[in-house]
Amino acid sequence: MKKTIFIVAAIILGALVCGALDNIHTFGEPGKTPMDDYFLANSLKTLSTENVVTSIVFDYRGFDTIGEAAVLFTAVCSIGAIFREGRGKH
Amino acid sequence: MIGNAPFFAVGVLFLMGLLGIFMTKNLIKIAIAVTILGSSVNIFLVALGYRTGGTIPVHFLAGEGTTMVMPTPQAMTLTAIVIALATTALLLSLIMLVWRHYGTIDVDEIRRLRG
Amino acid sequence: MRPLSVVVRTGCDFFAWFMIVFGVNIVLHGYMTPGGGFQGGAIIATFLVFLLVAYGGKKVLSWANETIYEILFEELGLLCFFILAFLGLNNSFFYNFLAVPLGTVSSGILSIFPSSGTTALMSVAVGIEVTGALSLVILTMFKGIRLFIQNPPEEELGHDR
Repeated sequence: MKKTIFIVAAIILGALVCGALDNIHTFGEPGKTPMDDYFLANSLKTLSTENVVTSIVFDYRGFDTIGEAAVLFTAVCSIGAIFREGRGKH
Repeated sequence: MIGNAPFFAVGVLFLMGLLGIFMTKNLIKIAIAVTILGSSVNIFLVALGYRTGGTIPVHFLAGEGTTMVMPTPQAMTLTAIVIALATTALLLSLIMLVWRHYGTIDVDEIRRLRG
Repeated sequence: MRPLSVVVRTGCDFFAWFMIVFGVNIVLHGYMTPGGGFQGGAIIATFLVFLLVAYGGKKVLSWANETIYEILFEELGLLCFFILAFLGLNNSFFYNFLAVPLGTVSSGILSIFPSSGTTALMSVAVGIEVTGALSLVILTMFKGIRLFIQNPPEEELGHDR
């Protein structure tokens, strides 16, 4: 009984999500993109980097990469703190 | 409407991950459904930046004078994948701790035994 | 834990060392071809996974040194990344002070760096950091299984090398 209500609600939610995703824009025509035009035009002239994605990740938007490296470091430190051997009985 | 097929695939994957979370009783299968849910959003980010007739945004592999697809959503997806990896690793570690403490990974049993 | 068959174990033993070469190729050419730091670091971290499948847990845990992965790879990579970000503080934080235009050939000590400046160097630093982090996660989670079993078996069946 509970599972039937959950399945019906999930299918209604899926239909609404698909209807919302249909109206963002047509697939293949994103409209006006001023920031990406600047990145594509100036990545070879100023930075002389041929890979535009790497130049975005490490130079134009490098602050996000600092945050992501910090998140990875924190996750590894917390996993090392979970699996710690006990010190025996008190 | 048939041209928007990649967006419908994202919606179907999202629905399958959501159905997987509350239809199963094993904790490991719930963790797999959470991973599917995160992957569907990554596909959506990359599909947003497609331009018809565009090539790879690398000057070394594409020719001269062709239009390129948008490179910004691809850079954001890299960050999202790494953060999803950190979340999955911590989730699996906590499942191992639950198995040590309760002896079982069935959701109904865990709710009844109170430590 | 029951091991896989002999064919799989020999194949993994043979291919583990090629993964390092392939991963370093992807990290170093991060400024030209698709790839970069994060992708190459995840590929180099599969070296330990292949060795775990081929040789069993007891031999690998007695051979692998966890301190090297923690200090030499992970902390040194993150420290180099931050130092490279602070070195361009004359103009702004994160300024690319080593970039030269693509046609000029610089002479002297600066010609060993590629012409894209700190983009390629930061890619190498992040690759080293992700290698250390993911290898440490695999080693810690594999060692943590042994803590939870009350009476572990004496030796693993099948890994007889």
